[in-house]
Amino acid sequence: MKYGILINEGPFTHQASDTAYHFTRAAIEKGHQVLRVFFYHDGVYNANALSEPQSDDRNIVKLWGDLAKEHKIDLVVCVAAGLRRGIKDQVLAEGFRISGLGQLTEIGMAADRLITFGD
Amino acid sequence: MSDEIQTEYDTAGVEKKFMFLNRKAPYGTIYALEMLETVLISAAFDQDVTLVFMDDGVYQLKKGCDTKAVNMKNFSATYKALGDYDISKLFVEKESMEARGLTQDDLIEVIYEDEDDDWAEKPAIHVKSRDEIAKLMEEQDVIISA
Repeated sequence: MKYGILINEGPFTHQASDTAYHFTRAAIEKGHQVLRVFFYHDGVYNANALSEPQSDDRNIVKLWGDLAKEHKIDLVVCVAAGLRRGIKDQVLAEGFRISGLGQLTEIGMAADRLITFGD
Repeated sequence: MSDEIQTEYDTAGVEKKFMFLNRKAPYGTIYALEMLETVLISAAFDQDVTLVFMDDGVYQLKKGCDTKAVNMKNFSATYKALGDYDISKLFVEKESMEARGLTQDDLIEVIYEDEDDDWAEKPAIHVKSRDEIAKLMEEQDVIISA
């Protein structure tokens, strides 16, 4: 099955990003395809390279970047939502790219299922 | 084996039913505004789009919104323009309206031109029951909710 993933909340404040991460990993391990992970609303904060969690806790930003590299997943941050929250190229973490909302619509069309992780 | 991450997908000829479910008030959180931005972009993809407003989302279509006192951009007029983007289905949940003491008279008017009926102007906003909306949800390919 082809999945699209939508993440609507930022790291740590909500568990949405963690759950999405575990879901994505599980789906891939089961042989499914994850066509894209789209970060919208506060979800754009998952791409903030300046995030510095406590050293004995998970680094959500890095986990996503590593997962993307390992399994060749397209991580997209919405440009409009990013701009108003200060997520721009100069703070963008590795593995993420900034693009438009059309990328979300595209994945709604291309995937079998679009799964939303939010509040 | 390609080292590239796939960033484009072939969606030629795909027409899916997209439902945008709006459950939040227009102000207080950004979800209403950002959902509207998503809807506007999606209009360019020629999909079968339905907007549903329930819970506090019904307030997004309420008449007479004045945001001066909170110094926020008033985006109420953007809903009226949806007809021009070929979005002709705005369904407001009856039970949510009743719980909030609202009737269709309290809502703005959104008009679209029906290309199958000689471009006749018709209202896009319809009040639907919770049951009707549940049935409609079953028919959707994609539901985006905020």
